[in-house]
Amino acid sequence: MEDPRPLLRVGALAKSFGANAVLRGIDLDVRRGERIAILGASGSGKSTLLRCLNFMEIPGSGTIELDGVVLGRPAAGGARAYREPELVPVRQRIGMVFQQFNLFPHMTALGNVMEGPRVVRRMPAAEARDRALAELARVGLAEKADAYPAHLSGGQKQRVAIARALAMDPEVLLFDEPTSSLDPELVGEVLGTIQSLAREGRTMLLVTHELGFAYHVATRVLFLADGRILEQGTPDEVLKAPRMERTRAFIARHQEFRL
Amino acid sequence: MYRWDFAPVLAHADLLAAGLLNTLRVTGTALVVGVALGLALALLRLSRRRLASWPAGFVIEVFRTTPPLVQLFWFYFALPLVAGIEMTPFMAAATTFSIQSAAFFAEVFRAGIASVERGQWEAARAIGMTRPQALRRVVLPQAVKRMIPAFMERAIELMKTTTLVATISYADLLYAANEISQRSFRPLEAFTVAALAYFVVIFAASQAARRVERRLAASGDSTVR
Repeated sequence: MEDPRPLLRVGALAKSFGANAVLRGIDLDVRRGERIAILGASGSGKSTLLRCLNFMEIPGSGTIELDGVVLGRPAAGGARAYREPELVPVRQRIGMVFQQFNLFPHMTALGNVMEGPRVVRRMPAAEARDRALAELARVGLAEKADAYPAHLSGGQKQRVAIARALAMDPEVLLFDEPTSSLDPELVGEVLGTIQSLAREGRTMLLVTHELGFAYHVATRVLFLADGRILEQGTPDEVLKAPRMERTRAFIARHQEFRL
Repeated sequence: MYRWDFAPVLAHADLLAAGLLNTLRVTGTALVVGVALGLALALLRLSRRRLASWPAGFVIEVFRTTPPLVQLFWFYFALPLVAGIEMTPFMAAATTFSIQSAAFFAEVFRAGIASVERGQWEAARAIGMTRPQALRRVVLPQAVKRMIPAFMERAIELMKTTTLVATISYADLLYAANEISQRSFRPLEAFTVAALAYFVVIFAASQAARRVERRLAASGDSTVR
């Protein structure tokens, strides 16, 4: 029996940077176990949408509801005010993987993964260590536990970053173009790791340019344009038979040079 | 041709040693207090609240832009007159140079913290760290590593600036050299020996700092390769 209430509910979400309106009203329900791929041209607002969900960016207006709780308090002008003590536990429940990995360079791979359990959850060191080693093993990097990020390849760095997010037991995982800064030959190992997480039934939102990957992994595909969801549906609907002209053009551009 | 004779100067080695010790006391105190106070000032200055950042900025700018000699005179001569606060030469010197180096270290800290990429803050907060946790665990360790050369530069500058304390009759190394030169009529030798003592201490300290930097470079992210 599927949980009828969405884990994450986004209502009329808008966000501007100065005069630049990046998100212009996003409505989105995310149910447990859903894997949502977010596509769109650069500047369409897809990264900003993701970053609003764990409050890396503070939404301009609209609502974000996590597990039935609407976050923030009403404030002037339709916006909501968010206080840090409310957001910190929310971020612990929503993991994020960044395009640039953002590993902590002064810590080993193990140290990076232990940091959340140890410092944020105040787990005893030995327990946090075991947990971190288990997460590193899950992404296939147990033998790199003592390596510093500077000595890891891009693909390995991103897998450590994934392990770091997993160590916090997030209910939702956000991937912000996780393979966009990788050399082409390293993309596969990261996508493989994400795919294995998908098989575990984790809830995830994924901003990506890898259409083939989105097709195979996502349960739903969103196409964003000008800060709005222009089209959404199953991977077959959106990627194989897009209804909107702009979606079609986007997909065609991405497949221009396929062998 | 001038004939160098160090014997009369070295006969007062005890004075020189006491002077060196006093110089190190002022420098050491100013370094320890200056770093702690400097970090506090930097954090206040980086605060989003103007009520915190403006006063901190004011203190930093005043002490960075006024001559240290004048600051010393304020604390030693003016404070007793204005506020009735009497200080020994050591207290006045330690207070002056602590606040003055705090102002400089605050700027070093601020630049160091600002040099850490935004992504580091984001990654820390994405695993649920609070701002203070992110600062302590992720940002400061990286910032401090990058600050070591600038920090060392300031420490050297500080030790040499403390020679001003001779003007309020605090018996530092330079004060001792002056004493000896008057007693022995050998000013060149006396001041040369004093300069040599500064050189030895500062050179040894900067070598030690380089070694620390190299050790920290183990993680592959540092200023020294």
